[in-house]
Amino acid sequence: MIILISSKGETLQSQPNLRFGRASFFIEYNLSDDAWTAHRNDAVKESSGAGVAASQFIINRHASAAISGRFGPNAQRALSYADIKMLTFDETYETIQSVIEGYKSNRLKAF
Amino acid sequence: MSTIKIAIASGKGGTGKTMIATSLAACLDKHVPVQFLDCDVEAPNAHLFLKPEIDSLQAAVILIPEVDQDACTACGKCVEVCEFHALAQMEDQILLFPQLCHGCGSCQRVCPVSAIHETPRQIGNLRFGKARSGIRFLTGDLTISEPMPTPIIRQLKSHISGKSMVTILDSPPGASCAVVATVHDADFVILVTEPTPFGLHDLKQMLGVLEQTGSPGGVIINRVGIGDVRVEDYLEHTSYPVMMKIPYLAEIAVVLAKGEVFSDKFPKYQAEFLDLFQEIKRMIKSEQQVCG
Repeated sequence: MIILISSKGETLQSQPNLRFGRASFFIEYNLSDDAWTAHRNDAVKESSGAGVAASQFIINRHASAAISGRFGPNAQRALSYADIKMLTFDETYETIQSVIEGYKSNRLKAF
Repeated sequence: MSTIKIAIASGKGGTGKTMIATSLAACLDKHVPVQFLDCDVEAPNAHLFLKPEIDSLQAAVILIPEVDQDACTACGKCVEVCEFHALAQMEDQILLFPQLCHGCGSCQRVCPVSAIHETPRQIGNLRFGKARSGIRFLTGDLTISEPMPTPIIRQLKSHISGKSMVTILDSPPGASCAVVATVHDADFVILVTEPTPFGLHDLKQMLGVLEQTGSPGGVIINRVGIGDVRVEDYLEHTSYPVMMKIPYLAEIAVVLAKGEVFSDKFPKYQAEFLDLFQEIKRMIKSEQQVCG
């Protein structure tokens, strides 16, 4: 199972980004083998439609969940249409690692 | 017969664009046929001053795609071509985000199975009427929550008539797409600014726009007395002249707050606006000679 988390940096120690469409990176994390990759979010430079573009990326990665601080209306529509679960963290999560642990222990809130 | 298009823009908001535009229209109306376009469709306000009688209304629309899901193979070519991310590819179909669509029609063109046709979506209204003795008045308004003013501005401008000798285009503030859509084909652009750091900063952005569009232009400095002389100092090193200066006076604010036209209540400016028009005509002519 693959989850993607909006991030300010490229490692598990990076700070998570509360914004979805305009996060600089997405950390893709595979729960079956704990492998992870950082993807630069190309949508960040779009003047509009960043939420849809970022959602398309998540959909194309066949993720089962997208994790961010919040999701805009367009991202929400695209992700829910694709049956991708939206989960949220708040500013108390200081690293991507802590978000992953939060996910594993079911502490993240459904959006 | 062609019309002389004079756009009034500013950069910074609240510098007096509509005050200048409505005064120029009112002064010229006594002498020549004038049409007035309020292109600030996100917050139109020229009607508060010119008080037109609106006699017709038209829906402002953009054409957005409609996907025939039976014919669609979800190949994703339309998603790839869309610059604005108005389309998203789901496993078995295409999802449309109407508010992101700019109505360019590319998706329809690239669809290999002709599953996309265009359908109109209303984003606002165009209103037409008459003001004063003979001003043809055109205004548009963007429906609340709609994000894109440019299609309305383009549609409003498609109604410009060659029968009016002068066309005055009251631009939105800023230096964004909506402003460019208003001023890009103007014969002359009046930039209204104020002598403050904000006025100067945004004026420079508009001068940058004019460098690109190639329209000749000039500057009116409003509220002289506040701020400093940096706007004038700056303009000395450009090809844009200061064409008029209006002092900062509480009495002017009172007149505008009542919805009255500035030049009606300060008649000594009527001759100045007529001179301004003569000067604009002269500058357009000399520009044409240089370019011609």
